[in-house]
Amino acid sequence: MTDLTENLHSEHMVLNMGPSHPATHGTVEFLVTLDGETIVNMDVEIGYLHRGFEKQCENGTWSQAFPYTDRLNYNSAILNNVGYALAVEKMLDVKIPDRCKYIRVITSELARMTDHYTNIGAGALELGGFSAFLYFVEARELLWDLLEKVCGARLTSNYIRIGGVKNDLPPNFKEDVKSAFIKCRDLYNDVDKLLTKNRIFLDRMRDVGGITSDEAIAYGFTGPCLRACGVEYDVRKAHPYLIYDQIDFEIPTGSTGDNFDRYLVRMEELNQSMRIVEQCLDKMPKGPVNIDDPIVRLPAKDHVYTKMEALIDHFIVVTEGIKPPKGEVYFPVEGGNGEVGFYLVSNGSGKPVKCRVRPPCFAITQAMPRLCIGSLLADIIPTFDQINLIGGECDR
Amino acid sequence: MEDFLITTAKVLFIFGLNMGVFAPLLTWVERKQSALMQDRIGANRADILGFSMIGLFHPIADAIKMLAKEDFIPEGANKIMHTLSPIICVVPALLTFAVIPFGGEYVIGGKHIKLVIADLDVGLIFIFAISSLATYGTVIAGWSSNNNWSLLGSLRASAQMISYEVAMGFTLVGVFMVYGSLQLTQIGAAQESFFRWGIFLQPLGFFMFLACAIAENKRAPFDVAEGESEIIAGYFLEYSGLKFGMFYMAEFLEIVTISAMVTTLFFGAWHIPFISSALILSMLSFLNETLANIILMLIHISVFWVKVIFFIWFQMTIRWTLPRFRYDQIMKLGWKILLPLSLANILVTGIVILILQ
Repeated sequence: MTDLTENLHSEHMVLNMGPSHPATHGTVEFLVTLDGETIVNMDVEIGYLHRGFEKQCENGTWSQAFPYTDRLNYNSAILNNVGYALAVEKMLDVKIPDRCKYIRVITSELARMTDHYTNIGAGALELGGFSAFLYFVEARELLWDLLEKVCGARLTSNYIRIGGVKNDLPPNFKEDVKSAFIKCRDLYNDVDKLLTKNRIFLDRMRDVGGITSDEAIAYGFTGPCLRACGVEYDVRKAHPYLIYDQIDFEIPTGSTGDNFDRYLVRMEELNQSMRIVEQCLDKMPKGPVNIDDPIVRLPAKDHVYTKMEALIDHFIVVTEGIKPPKGEVYFPVEGGNGEVGFYLVSNGSGKPVKCRVRPPCFAITQAMPRLCIGSLLADIIPTFDQINLIGGECDR
Repeated sequence: MEDFLITTAKVLFIFGLNMGVFAPLLTWVERKQSALMQDRIGANRADILGFSMIGLFHPIADAIKMLAKEDFIPEGANKIMHTLSPIICVVPALLTFAVIPFGGEYVIGGKHIKLVIADLDVGLIFIFAISSLATYGTVIAGWSSNNNWSLLGSLRASAQMISYEVAMGFTLVGVFMVYGSLQLTQIGAAQESFFRWGIFLQPLGFFMFLACAIAENKRAPFDVAEGESEIIAGYFLEYSGLKFGMFYMAEFLEIVTISAMVTTLFFGAWHIPFISSALILSMLSFLNETLANIILMLIHISVFWVKVIFFIWFQMTIRWTLPRFRYDQIMKLGWKILLPLSLANILVTGIVILILQ
């Protein structure tokens, strides 16, 4: 008997997956070495969407960084807005009005929902479930319509300001949210039926891309990917900010840390976010939405046109910017993918000296080779989807 | 001479229906069906002088686009094979229809006319033989493109199609055991009575055949060979223009063929439930024989195509509902589930036939 494999000239195949590949959305490149269809080695190349966010921030005033933060995780722009605003406010050591806190929580949770809708939908799309994708896109549309009513923009909202928000919620917002949520729940049920107990979907997701909680923590996982491993870490509970400590909500956790648990955690978080929004709308106090401090938040326009002091304040805030005291600050919020942290350094001038972002998906993306090596080429797709790399956030 | 004319008419009818109606129209149906399922409006952009005709001009726009596109052959590709493979894919898809009857036997002007192009006594075997030729098309397409993604696609396609051919063959053994014939006209004629339809005699066979047939056609959920999110487009990644269109045409034609086969083998072919041909003829007895037979023929042809259209719709619905399998899961399903099940089906069918004798 001769060895049959002896004369077979088999060698590994190197494939460049991305950056322009249907599955590598957010522009990333995988250098995959394949043995048949099994992944032997994998290199992740990031940086295709690097736009110099941190450097750009240093060239504008503190307030001018907001439009840039919109473009970090563009699926949930308001979450980034809130994180940045809270970091600057911590530096300034100011207290924002209660109504403003509620508005920020409501819009944050709406943004988180759009993020999860996009992620789950795109995940289903790439596994071939086109219909589930469009159902969640429709749900996302409904929420974007709400956000459009709030701030005029859908995707890059630029709604939060240092010391307040751009404007109060529109009239009848509560009713609008209620009617939108009814439709969202219908669509949620449709997708739940299409995916959660679908055998094909289950087979594709279960036991694929799994990781233990210890390893996940060592890699720096946060957000749904960490919670899927069974670690109950959520910035909203661990380090409550705004009014999250006064609200009743749960943190869903998984047990195996594989893609299906990540999917289930995100699906449950959608429900929890709806709970948070509904509670906030019921509890929301009346009052001002902006801090009454002209050096932090621009005075109201009618005052600027009629009052001398307001005009001066306006002029100074616009030309010189807000001037936080010398020092440095780090403030984390729970983003769509995990902990979005802003590390800011001020030298007392109107411009940041350093504006560093801790992107959650950067830490998770570095585990891609660990999650994928040994599995099949087709497994990259659900794993990468559930990791939810957002180019804008990861590459900045 | 007369026979020749009749055969030519039948060929033209099938060819015209497939190439002129189904192939272009199915692209429209696929768009509209997916839109319907996904709360969208669907194709309505192509218009002539402002009339969009619920998107019916899209197939025309598609054809014009494909004809006008550059025919691109990548560097390092085997030019002959690269050109040949779309043809190898389309021809079998067209040929299989030759043995599928689209109506029964009618007496018109004293002549017995069978509504089938070639009434082979090995009809089913012919279909297997021809449809396995399409495998070569996909394999050669992937290999000759000189592209790693195409190669992966064609490897997947070859493994998948060969595996499912085995299972598909076995699922149909039950059918010709029950009807005692390989000739599709006879299988069709044997289903005159509603409770003799294949679906009642071979229920398991029907589901397994449908699964295998969709897998043979490489459509979702079995579209790993194409897998647009994994290997981009798989074996036809490097094709453009009309060659690309030919792969799609082959796919759509095969949808029609599968539906026609399911109708013929499992859903009573051209028969209407509880209404036999004799009953219709007796109702039409006030007409002369030829006219009555022509009306009967038209009724049967339309019944057959209605059933076919139902199964086309059914396949579209599956396509837009289910996500895609993984390559190894497809193999597992084919070899470990469908093949043993189809063998068990043959065994049970045999035992039942023996007992009933």
